[in-house]
Amino acid sequence: MAVVHRSVLPIRSQEDIVRVRQATRESAVAQGFSLVDQTKIVTAASELARNTLDYGGGGEVEITRLSDPPRRGVRLVFTDKGPGIADVGQALADGFTSGRGLGLGLGGARRLSNEFSIESRVGEGTQVTIARWR
Amino acid sequence: MTPATGRTLRKILAQYQKELLGDWLQTQLAASTLRPDLMRENELREQSRELLALLQSAAQNGNLEQTDGPEWAGIREFLARLSRSRAQQGFSSAETATFVFSLKQPLFTRLRTEFAQDAQGLADEMWIANNVLDRLGLYTTEMYLKGREEVIQRQQREMMELSTPVVQLWENILALPLIGTLDSERTQVVMESLLQKIVDTGASIAIIDITGVPTVDTLVAQHLLKTVAAARLMGADCIISGIRPQIAQTIVHLGVNLSDVTTKASLADAFSIALKRTQAKLPPQMGTTS
Amino acid sequence: MEKIPILKMGRFLLVTIQVDMHDQLAMQLQENLTDRIVAVRARGVLIDISSLEVVDSFIGRMISNIAAMARVLDAETVVVGIQPAVAITLVELGLSLEGVRTALDVDRGMAMLQQQLAGQR
Repeated sequence: MAVVHRSVLPIRSQEDIVRVRQATRESAVAQGFSLVDQTKIVTAASELARNTLDYGGGGEVEITRLSDPPRRGVRLVFTDKGPGIADVGQALADGFTSGRGLGLGLGGARRLSNEFSIESRVGEGTQVTIARWR
Repeated sequence: MTPATGRTLRKILAQYQKELLGDWLQTQLAASTLRPDLMRENELREQSRELLALLQSAAQNGNLEQTDGPEWAGIREFLARLSRSRAQQGFSSAETATFVFSLKQPLFTRLRTEFAQDAQGLADEMWIANNVLDRLGLYTTEMYLKGREEVIQRQQREMMELSTPVVQLWENILALPLIGTLDSERTQVVMESLLQKIVDTGASIAIIDITGVPTVDTLVAQHLLKTVAAARLMGADCIISGIRPQIAQTIVHLGVNLSDVTTKASLADAFSIALKRTQAKLPPQMGTTS
Repeated sequence: MEKIPILKMGRFLLVTIQVDMHDQLAMQLQENLTDRIVAVRARGVLIDISSLEVVDSFIGRMISNIAAMARVLDAETVVVGIQPAVAITLVELGLSLEGVRTALDVDRGMAMLQQQLAGQR
């Protein structure tokens, strides 16, 4: 598995969420994703970027284009140094929310991705990794 | 005594490239693994020449112990391309790897001439050459398998698209006869073709006929409901038809809720209700005189 | 500051969302729209999102809210022009906008509202 391209964007404001969507779209297009696959990962990115901003108090996302012939993919790693999540299982359940939104953020992002993992420590922060392949 | 550095191997590759190519081609053309039905002689000659040239330059600049180093990138790329094209041409993986392994014979013959008086040196250099070609051969097999995987993936995609036709039955009415089972990947293909057809035709009703779906479990039902929900977002209503008695039984036993969806036993019933609904929906000036 | 225009067409309001909205802009639209519904006594709202390439749960919730608020103010909401890729993604996300009426394009959405209005008379 080879890294084709990597970039890091800050998530500090609502405008940054828009920028994360645009950068994710750019990467998905560059990797030759179909329109539906593009839309799925961009939507997942939007959900997770908003989580990073709202619950993590801001952070950053690393966007990586991957090549693992014949597959090509995009991986996103969202990192924040916020309060962390005490009960990850509960946070993943639909309808769970501690803020605005429908509580579809984490679970929805997981359904829209091929790979999903989350690491969180209370008081230290949260890191969510997703990847989608074509 | 010559130390085992591969120095002679490098020298042979540089000095005797033309002779090596001649010997190698002769071996290949005489071998029982030759496939004149799949590949012409001049193509084989060209590939052999290119591989030898790449091997020579990689061996000259790179470490002979590590064929994954950057100096070997050129030859690895060439072998990857070769394996994929041979996989598509119909060569077996053994035939493809043999192409690389068959270089051993002419190469070893040259080494033997060079080391006529030095058995130890010969053994050392042969060991190095053997390792290099083994690694390249294995790499070829690996790439061959990836090439086959690509072929299989492409065929799967094509089959999936073939198996989900969306037909226009009438103005504003589409039918989607599903055959076989629904997994999440196929559901996406089904949704894509249905929704695109809704855009293209402006249809307001889609009949999903599941006569050809052998079993409906919770997962399949979920996929069906997703398709119905997606069509509704595009402004089209769905009717599910072709529900056989035993499927109706499983649906109820599983506790699947289809109450928000219109269901009909047969495609004909679904069609007649679709006709009624679309007529009712026509703007007044287009409907029958009132 | 950018603002999403709201057009009045007879008894209906037409909103065409053409930009990738950040959250504040979406919240502002929600407020402006309810104000306009009351101001012009609108009976229907058409939200055209055919230019939107992404609808996440936040925008989805905003749309549901607008529909619910409009209903309280006696106006029906129809969302038109959802792109196929967006529809598939919304369903996968678990958001099927129940309670919101949908139509393929502005024409059909308008016909739907007119029919509804005629039926109420």
